Amino acid sequence: MSIIDLFLLQIKIITLFGGLTIVVLSLVWLERRVLGKIQRRIGPNRVGPQGLLQSLADGIKLLVKEDIIPESADKWIYWLAPIIVFVPPFVIWITIPIASDNSVLAVNNMHLGLLFVIALTVVSITGLVMAGWGSANKYAILGGLRSTAQLISYEIPIIMVAISVLIICQTTDLKEIVDKQNIIPYAIYLPLGLLLFFIAGIAEVGRIPFDIYHAESEIVGGPFVEYSGAHWSVFYLAEYIQTFTIAVLITLLFLGGWHIPFISLQENIILGFFITIIKSYGVVLIIFWFRGTFPRMRIDQLMSFAWKVLIPLSFANVIFSSIVIFYDIPLLVLSIINILVTVLIGYVLYNKFTTPAIIDAEEMLRKARNYKLPEGI
Amino acid sequence: MTNQQSLNSVDMLLNMGPQHPSTHGVFRMVLQIDGERVIDVDPYIGYLHRGSEKLSEGEQYAQIVTLFDRLDYLANFNNELVFCMAVEKLMEVEIPERAEYIRVILCELNRIASHFLFYGTMGMDAGASTPILYGFRDREKIQSVFESVSGARMMHNYFRIGGVKEDLPTDFFEKIYWLIDEIKKGVDQADSLLSFNEIFLNRTRNIGLINAEDAIDYGLTGPNLRASGVSYDLRKNDPYSIYERFDFDIPVGDRGDVWDRYFVRVQEIRESVKIIEQALKQIPDGEITANVRRIARPPEGDIFAHAENPRGDFGVYLVSDGSDKPYRLKIRPPSFCNLMALRHMMRNAYVSDAVMILGSIDIVLGEVDR
Amino acid sequence: MAEEETTESISEEEVSEDLDPILAERISILENILSTYDISISSFLGEINIHIQKIDLLDILTILKNSPETLCNLFLCLSIVDYEDRFEAVYHLQSTTLNHRYVIKSSLDKDKPLISSCIGIWKGCDWYEREGHDLFGVVFEGHPNLSPLLLYEEFEGYPGRKDFPFNDYKEW
Repeated sequence: MSIIDLFLLQIKIITLFGGLTIVVLSLVWLERRVLGKIQRRIGPNRVGPQGLLQSLADGIKLLVKEDIIPESADKWIYWLAPIIVFVPPFVIWITIPIASDNSVLAVNNMHLGLLFVIALTVVSITGLVMAGWGSANKYAILGGLRSTAQLISYEIPIIMVAISVLIICQTTDLKEIVDKQNIIPYAIYLPLGLLLFFIAGIAEVGRIPFDIYHAESEIVGGPFVEYSGAHWSVFYLAEYIQTFTIAVLITLLFLGGWHIPFISLQENIILGFFITIIKSYGVVLIIFWFRGTFPRMRIDQLMSFAWKVLIPLSFANVIFSSIVIFYDIPLLVLSIINILVTVLIGYVLYNKFTTPAIIDAEEMLRKARNYKLPEGI
Repeated sequence: MTNQQSLNSVDMLLNMGPQHPSTHGVFRMVLQIDGERVIDVDPYIGYLHRGSEKLSEGEQYAQIVTLFDRLDYLANFNNELVFCMAVEKLMEVEIPERAEYIRVILCELNRIASHFLFYGTMGMDAGASTPILYGFRDREKIQSVFESVSGARMMHNYFRIGGVKEDLPTDFFEKIYWLIDEIKKGVDQADSLLSFNEIFLNRTRNIGLINAEDAIDYGLTGPNLRASGVSYDLRKNDPYSIYERFDFDIPVGDRGDVWDRYFVRVQEIRESVKIIEQALKQIPDGEITANVRRIARPPEGDIFAHAENPRGDFGVYLVSDGSDKPYRLKIRPPSFCNLMALRHMMRNAYVSDAVMILGSIDIVLGEVDR
Repeated sequence: MAEEETTESISEEEVSEDLDPILAERISILENILSTYDISISSFLGEINIHIQKIDLLDILTILKNSPETLCNLFLCLSIVDYEDRFEAVYHLQSTTLNHRYVIKSSLDKDKPLISSCIGIWKGCDWYEREGHDLFGVVFEGHPNLSPLLLYEEFEGYPGRKDFPFNDYKEW
C-alpha cells in the first residue's frame, strides 16, 4: 500500500465519519419535526432556517456541559461504556456500500460484509450492560439487564432473516446482494422477511415500541440515567447511527439499494447515492412514525413476541427460501408463501388481542344503555 | 422457587418517586421487586400536604372556595360545587335554575377536561408520546372556554354560595357548540389512536385487577369502582343539583383491570357530552345568584355533601358553629381512597405494570395530600 | 352543647316525621336493628345521625354493614372533630345499592382520645385512621400501623386540634 493509498483511505474515513455525524444531526432534526407534525405542534424552528441548526446547537451545549461521574459509580466501567456503545456502529460503516462503485463510497467492501455487520451490531450490548452496572443506580441496572435480554433475543431473527436473503442471492457481499436486485427487489420475494427484519431492527436499536431498556416512564432512561454531557451525547449519537444503519441495511437487503425497482438504468454513482439515501430516509421516517403512534411493550411480552412469533417465523422463512432455491421453484412462489404467512399471523394476533377488547367495549356500551337503577333509589 | 432459594437471591427495593416521571406529582412508592416482578409496594404520601382543612377553619366561607380549587386541580369546578352544595344545604338556600344549569354544564366540561388529561397521561405511561399532546389539545380548548366564563383557566373561584359569580359571556353558546364538536372528534381520535391499539391492549388488559367486593371494601369510587362492575354513580344513585333531569348512561366495566378503568373514562366523556347538550337546550334565563348575604353565616349544625367528581365521590363534612368561619371542615378526597387499593392491585405486577396501574387510578396529589 | 343538640334534634325529628316518611321509616328500622345498644338517633336536614357509645362502635358498624335493611358497604369518610369538651369521631357510611347514608358519631375523651379501629370491617378506613392519628392524636386500637401519613416523622404536635397555633396570624 503506497502512501497515496493510505492518504486516500484517511480521506475516505474522515468523509465517512463526517457524513455520518451530519446524518445524525439531520435525523435528530427530522425526528423532532416529524414528531411535531404528528403531534400537531411545530417542533424546533428557531435556530437556523427551519430549525436546521437546532441539533448542532444541542450538540455543542452537550459537549460543553459538565460531565458528572457519580460518587459511587464504578469509574472505569462507567467511563468505558459509552465508547463501547459508540464505536461498533461507526465501524460497521466501513463496509456498507451506498452506491454502485465501491472504490468511491465504501471504505472497504468485504466479501463477508453482511456477516461483519451483523457480528458488530451485537457488541454494543456489552456497553449498555456496562453502563447499567457502572452507574450504581437501580434504574440503570434494571435497564442494563433489560437491554441484554432484549438485544440478544432480537439478534436471532435479524440473523435468520439475513440468512434467508443469503440463501436467495448466494453471496454475503453487500454490493453483490444489491446488484442482484437491479430489477426486482427482495421485498417482493420476502415480504415476511422484510417485516421481521424491520421489527427486529427497531428492537435492536431500542426505539418505540421496543424502547423498554430506556423507558422514560418506568426506569427513567435506564442505563443512561446517570450520564450527562458528552458521555450522554455519545449514547445518543450511537442510537441514531444504529437507527440509520438498520434503515440502510433494509434498503440494501430488501429495497434494492441504488437501483430503482422494476426499472433498469445505466449505473450512475451520484444518482445511486441519492436513491439509497432517499430510500433509507423513507425507512427512518417509518420508524419515526412508529414512535409517534405506538405505546411501549412490556419486557415479558417483548420476549415472548421474540421467541414465540419472530424466531419461529424467521426459521420458517429460512426453510421456505432453502426449499425454493434447492428445488429451483420460481421465486414468486416464495413471495406467495410469505404473504400468506404474514396475513395468517396478522389475523391470528388480531383475533387474539384486539377482538376481545372490541367485544368488551360493545358489551360495556350495551350494559350502559340497558342499565336500570337498583330498587330503592 | 427452589432455584431462587438455592441461589439465595435478595429482593431489591426500588424507590419510585417523589420525583419520577410517572408518579403524577409528588407521590412516592417503594417497590420491593424480584427481578422485574413486584412483590410488595409501600406508598408514601404527604409531600403536598398544605393543611387545607385546617386553613379553612381560619377563612370565611366565601374565601374557602379558592382553597377548594386547589384540591383536585384538574376538576376545579366540581370541587367548588361540592363545597357550595354543603354550605347551601346547611343554610337551606334555593339556587336559581339558571345557576344550576351553568354549574352542571361547567362541571361536566371539567369532567371531560380531566378525562382527556387522563387519556393523555395513560398513553404517556404506556410509552406513547402522542396521546398526551392530543389530550392536552382538547383540554386546552375546554380551558379557553373556562377562561371566557370565569377569567381563569384552572383556579376559577367562580361558584358562589347561592349561585355563580356572573352570567355566561354573550358568545358562550357559539363557542360551546364548536367545543362539543371538537370534543366528539377528540374522543373518536382517542379511540382510534390508543383504545384499541394492540400493544396498549396487551399492556392494560387483565392487569391491576380488583373485583367489585374488594373495590367497595377499599372505598373505591368513581370510574375506578365502575370499572369493577359496580354501577355507583351519584349523578344517578343520589341525584344532586339537577342531574335527575338528564338522560345519560353509566358505563360499567366488567373485570376491573386497567383497560376497563381507561375505557370507562373514555366513554364517560361521551356521556358528559350528552348531558351538556341537553342542558344547553333546557337552560332558562333568569337570576344567577340566590339572595344570600355576602358573608355567609350558616346556622349551627353539621352536614355532609358529596358529588360525583371525575375521580370519584368527593365529599365535604362541614361543622358550623354559627359564625362566619367553619368550625371544622373535613374533605373526603376520592383519590385518597382510590390510592389505598394500589397495594391490592399491584399483586403480581411487573415494574412496567406498576406505572400503568398507578396511572389508571388517576390520582391527583393535590387532593390526596390536601 | 351536647344537651342542646339532643333537644333540638328531637324537635326536628318530630317535624321531619311529618315531612319525610321515608326518613322516619329508616329511623324506625334503625331503632329496630340497633335496639340492644345505647344510642340516640336524630335527623338533621335529611341526614340520619346516630350517636353511639364508643364501646359499641365495631358491633354497630358491623350490623349496619351486613344488615339487609341498611347494607352500608361503602365506607365514605371518617372525620375527627375537636369540640371544646370532647373529640368526636364521625363515620359516614353509604350503601351503593340502597342509597342509604348514615352518620355515626361517637364521643372521645379530650385527654386521651381512644377508639377501636374498624380496619377489620373496611380496609378502606386504613389511611383515614392514620390521618386521624397524625393530625389529631386519636389512637385507633387494633390498627396495625399508625405511622405518620401526611406529616413527616419528626413532626411534633397535632395540627388538626384547635389548640395548635395555625390560624392565629393577623392579616392586617
